[in-house]
Formats: sequence, C-alpha cells, structure tokens
Amino acid sequence: MRSFKRHILFLSGIAVSVLLSKTCLLIRSTLTPSFTMNDSYTSTVQHAVKNRRAALDLSQKVRVLCWVMTQPQHLKSRTQHIRATWGKRCNIVLYMSSEASDFPTVGLNVLEGRSQLYWKTIRAFQHIHMHHLDDADWFLKADDDTFVVLENLRYGLSKHNAEEPLYFGRRFTPFVAQGYMSGGAGYVLSKEALRRFVKGFADGLCTHNTEIEDIGLGKCMETMKVQLGDSRDVLGRQTFHPYPPNNYLPRQLPRPRPWYLLYEHYHPVEGPGCCSDLAISFHYIDAVQMHTLEYYTYHLRPFGYKYRFNPGVTAVHDANHEDFNPSIVCLFRSIFQPHCIPLVGPKDKSDPQSV
Amino acid sequence: MMSEGSSFMKGLILGGIFCLVMSFFETFNSGTHSEGHEHLHHHLKPVSKDELQKLSESQMSDWTLQVRVYCLIMVTPKLLVHWATANDTWSKHCDKSVFYTSESSKALEAIDLQEQDEWARLRKAIKHAYENAGDLRWFFVARPTTYAIIENLKYLVLDKDPSQPFYIGHTEKSGELDYVEYDSGIVLSYEAMRRLIEIFKDEDRCPERGHALWKTPEEKQLATCLKYTGVFAENGEDAQGKGLFNKKSVSSLISDSMGQNPADVVEACCSDMAITFGGMSPSQIQVLMYGVYRLRPYGHDFHDSLTFLPPNDSDND
Repeated sequence: MRSFKRHILFLSGIAVSVLLSKTCLLIRSTLTPSFTMNDSYTSTVQHAVKNRRAALDLSQKVRVLCWVMTQPQHLKSRTQHIRATWGKRCNIVLYMSSEASDFPTVGLNVLEGRSQLYWKTIRAFQHIHMHHLDDADWFLKADDDTFVVLENLRYGLSKHNAEEPLYFGRRFTPFVAQGYMSGGAGYVLSKEALRRFVKGFADGLCTHNTEIEDIGLGKCMETMKVQLGDSRDVLGRQTFHPYPPNNYLPRQLPRPRPWYLLYEHYHPVEGPGCCSDLAISFHYIDAVQMHTLEYYTYHLRPFGYKYRFNPGVTAVHDANHEDFNPSIVCLFRSIFQPHCIPLVGPKDKSDPQSV
Repeated sequence: MMSEGSSFMKGLILGGIFCLVMSFFETFNSGTHSEGHEHLHHHLKPVSKDELQKLSESQMSDWTLQVRVYCLIMVTPKLLVHWATANDTWSKHCDKSVFYTSESSKALEAIDLQEQDEWARLRKAIKHAYENAGDLRWFFVARPTTYAIIENLKYLVLDKDPSQPFYIGHTEKSGELDYVEYDSGIVLSYEAMRRLIEIFKDEDRCPERGHALWKTPEEKQLATCLKYTGVFAENGEDAQGKGLFNKKSVSSLISDSMGQNPADVVEACCSDMAITFGGMSPSQIQVLMYGVYRLRPYGHDFHDSLTFLPPNDSDND
C-alpha cells in the first residue's frame, strides 16, 4: 500500500514539474517582444522639426484666406483630400460650392457647370468681401485639384503690402493686354485688389463678360488698375504651376513649346529649371497625387542633406530677364533683380533684407 | 511521511530535469539558426537622434568618412531608359557608382560582364566591386528600376561597423530561408562581401551555375550563400518600425494607405527616412528626385547632426 502511494506521489511530482516548466516557457515566449513588419501605426509620431518658428511667425504675420472652387459631386472624390492636406494650413479655408453643406461648404447661389465658373468666382469674392475682409491680408483662389504649399506663398507675400493693389499667380499672355493669372494654378489677391474687384462690379466697371473665370478676373484687375506681379523665384524659376510636376520636370531636348506652355508670358524652361524648390502650387492633382505631394513636401527628406537653394543666403545676379521693365513687382524680392520694383514705404516692418 | 515527501520531490526533480533537457534539445535542433528563432525577425534601425546629438565632432567626422557607399547598379540594354534615369538621378549620390551590364550599349557607359545569367552576373559584379572598393566599406546593389535615397541609407548604417557582417534590406521568407528582396535594394557591409567572395569558391554550397531544371532567383541564391558564412538577412526599419526598403512605388503605397488608413494617409504610409522605392516610371522618378532633394516648405529646418553635401555637376538636386 505504501509503495503504491509512493509511486503515485512520484508520478504526480513529475506531472507537476512538467506542467510548471511548460507554463514558465509559455509565459517567457509571450513576453519576448516579437516585431511584426507591418506594425500598426500609432499617432504619436513626432517629426523632428526644429526651428519651425520661422513658418509659425509668418502665418501670424501674413494671413491668407484660401477659397477652393468646388461642387457637391467633388466633395468626396477631391475636396476631402484638400481638407486632409493643405487646407488646414490656411488661416481661413472656405470651400465654395453651389450648395451649403456640413463639409462645410459655402453655398453661392449659383448653378454648377463650366459656364458658371466666373459667376462662382464673382459671388465667392463678394461673399469673402462681405464676411471676411478683416480676417486676412491676402486672398487665394484654388481649384479642388490644386495642391498649394502655404508656407512658400507666405514667404513670398511677406515682403509685400496688402494695402497695395497686387495680384500674383502664373502669368499667361493672351486675351488680356496686361496678361492674367492661370485659374487652375491658383492666384492670390491683396486686400486692396479684393476691394477693387468687388467695387468694380458694384460700380458696373467690371461685368460678367466671359464664362472663363481667370480671363474675366484678369480683365477686371486690368480695368481696376490692379498690378500683376512676377511670382518666379530669385533664380527665375516658376512657383505657380497650372499642370502637375511631371509635365515640367523631365528633361527635354530643345523643342517648340508644347501645347500646355503656349500661354506662358515668361519664356518657359523645361527640365529641372522649370520649378522653384519653394514651389507654391501644382494643378490637375488627383487624390493620390495630393497625398503624394504632401508626403514629398512635408515628410520624405534626405537626412543631413545641405540644400543647394537657400533663399536669404543666395545672392544671385539675375541677368537673364527679357523684360527689363522696372515697373514689375516681383513676389520674391532680390536687390539683384534689376527688373523688379524696389521696396518703398514703411511696410518693411520685419527684417531690413529685401530677400 | 518522510519517504512519501521524498518520493514526490524525486518525481518533481526528475520531471524538471526532463523538461530542461527537452527544451535544450529543441533549440539545438533548430539547425543553423543557432541563435534561436528571434534571428528570423531581425530588425535593423538607425541610431536615434538623441544618441547622435551626444556624439563629439571627431566621432561625427569619423562616422561621416566611414559611411561611404559603393553602388552596384545591375543593368541590361532592355532597361535602357531606367538605366539612363538612374545615371541622371540617385546614382550621383553614391560615393562611387558602377553600372554592370549583361552586354554593352553604345548609349551609356558600363562595365560589360558579358554574362546573360543573372546570378553569374551578380557574382562577377560583387567580385569586381570588392576588388575596386578602395576605402569604401558599404555596398548597395540595385537594379535601375529601383530608386534610392543614399543619404537615408547612410543614416541607417551610420553606427554599424562594416567590419561586421551586415546584409540589409526588405526581408522576405521562403520556407526556412530569410532573404533580402532584390527589387527594393540590397545593402552589404565590407565583411559580408569578404565572406561572400570566400564562399563563391565553394562550388557545392554556392554554385555559380545551378544544376536544377528550374532557376532559383539570385536574391535567394545570395541569401543561401551568405547563410553558409553565418550572415543573415536583416529588415531595415525606422524608429517606429516602418520599413525603409520598398519595392512598390510611392503612389502605390499612398493608394494602399488611402484604402487602409483614410484618416491618416501620409502618416500611416511611408517613413520620412525611406531609402528605396521600386516600380516607378522615369518621369515619376524625376518628380521623386525633385520631391526628395528640392521641394519643401519655407521655414521647416532640420538641424541634423550630420551633413551630406550635394554632388558636383548636378542640377536636379
């Protein structure tokens, strides 16, 4: 009897220790961290952006109200991607549509359609003038397929006085004597330019004389004596672009102007010299491209890379300009650009450098 | 009572010893993966920004000199447009870049290995690179359909000793074999190269031409040969665990992210310090070049502890 009991105890001893060891090993393996390659993203990623003060200061000093020309059918396919990317960088962003909605959109009391675009522009600026004139200094119009880099826009505008009648964008030549700014690439009006646009319609000096909104607005700007500016950077590279980057950047052999460069006022450059590092806009940008450009502009970067173009540091003698007309206002000032109007007046409240 | 207790204790001890022996046997039987199953998920991350800031100037300049890269770009005349694009874009950022081709092309310069078999070609290229490395200690192998940001590659290996064996990229598993995917680029340290050259001499374990009816892709052959020398594939990731080596294009990754993470598309998609992308057309690559090295918002300055200068004679970066 006793030996039986002893055997039982012996066997139960083995059983207990086997169980214990197995449990111990199990606990150990679950505690060992196992990395999975597709880790679920946590939203606490901090970008090591040191010295964002420059950008922050500018957003308080240079207030930009953005209005996006859109329509109900585009809210999901296009406009939401603007809201998710650059829309939030405007001091104020208004999505202008034929109908008000919870997007939120402002209802303009117009119909939809290509033929209504100039009506939309007129009503949009009238709405802004009535409700937001004092909320911003500069007023940007963009399409719902335009990608905008607000920081670069503010940097350019920071040297200018919003009380002067000024209008910047991608300058096109035909149809309007002084030229006009491409609607798709986006254009920006100073506060005074906005006042004059609205006053023009109020006084009957400007009318709805075309369906093409950028030409119509350009004509009204000319009538109301608003000056258009040169938005190229100090190396002569464009900042506003009416087409996506892949239209301009690939190298080309010297060739006659392709169709999309036919309206250009300034002599177009194809290849890397097309576009400024501090680009302001690209157009015909679909949803995927919108986020791709967001990734390229604000996220993807080469660690430790010393950029070639350092505005404020680069002193460039710009000898290549065809129009030495000293009455043009340059968005990106340089004292070495002989064709630009020199800065005058008390507006230089910030730094004494003109670049 | 005593004898009963001691029986139980004997049982306990015996069971315990039995378990220990069994688990020891298990790990021993995992074969060549003698470091346990954790090695199968080896992850390699860059040095942290905090660590970098603590370094001295001399340590920093030592590291900057040490982390120089020899790029082996494996081309064929069929890939002429991508060859030309790689030549015009990212290869300029390597300290030395050499194009190795299967047959020569009048349009572009390359070392003609006169070899149609891809594995044999890769072996020849590796031998040539090792012999001509000079004082370069890191090697990056890619096809011209891959785009690489060499500065971010340097950041990843900055604090790794090239006299240790490293074999890094996007890792995949094939049965028991962990290998680095060719399409997203392969990083090898000097020591890994040295061991490879040695094992190339072993026709049994690392044959130049296989005898099987089917061809094993060269990325797996490479992994097998390296495994015999004790070098294992490691997955390159950033501090958050996001893969740095991608065989998909940026738009493909963004598109995937729009489906999976619509609220946070860019944040969830790809690393800020990504090293490679694949499957992009030449014009997409020109846009990527602009996006990486030029397009940026004014005022966002990063005071990185290390500086990499732009290459000479280049206008697109």
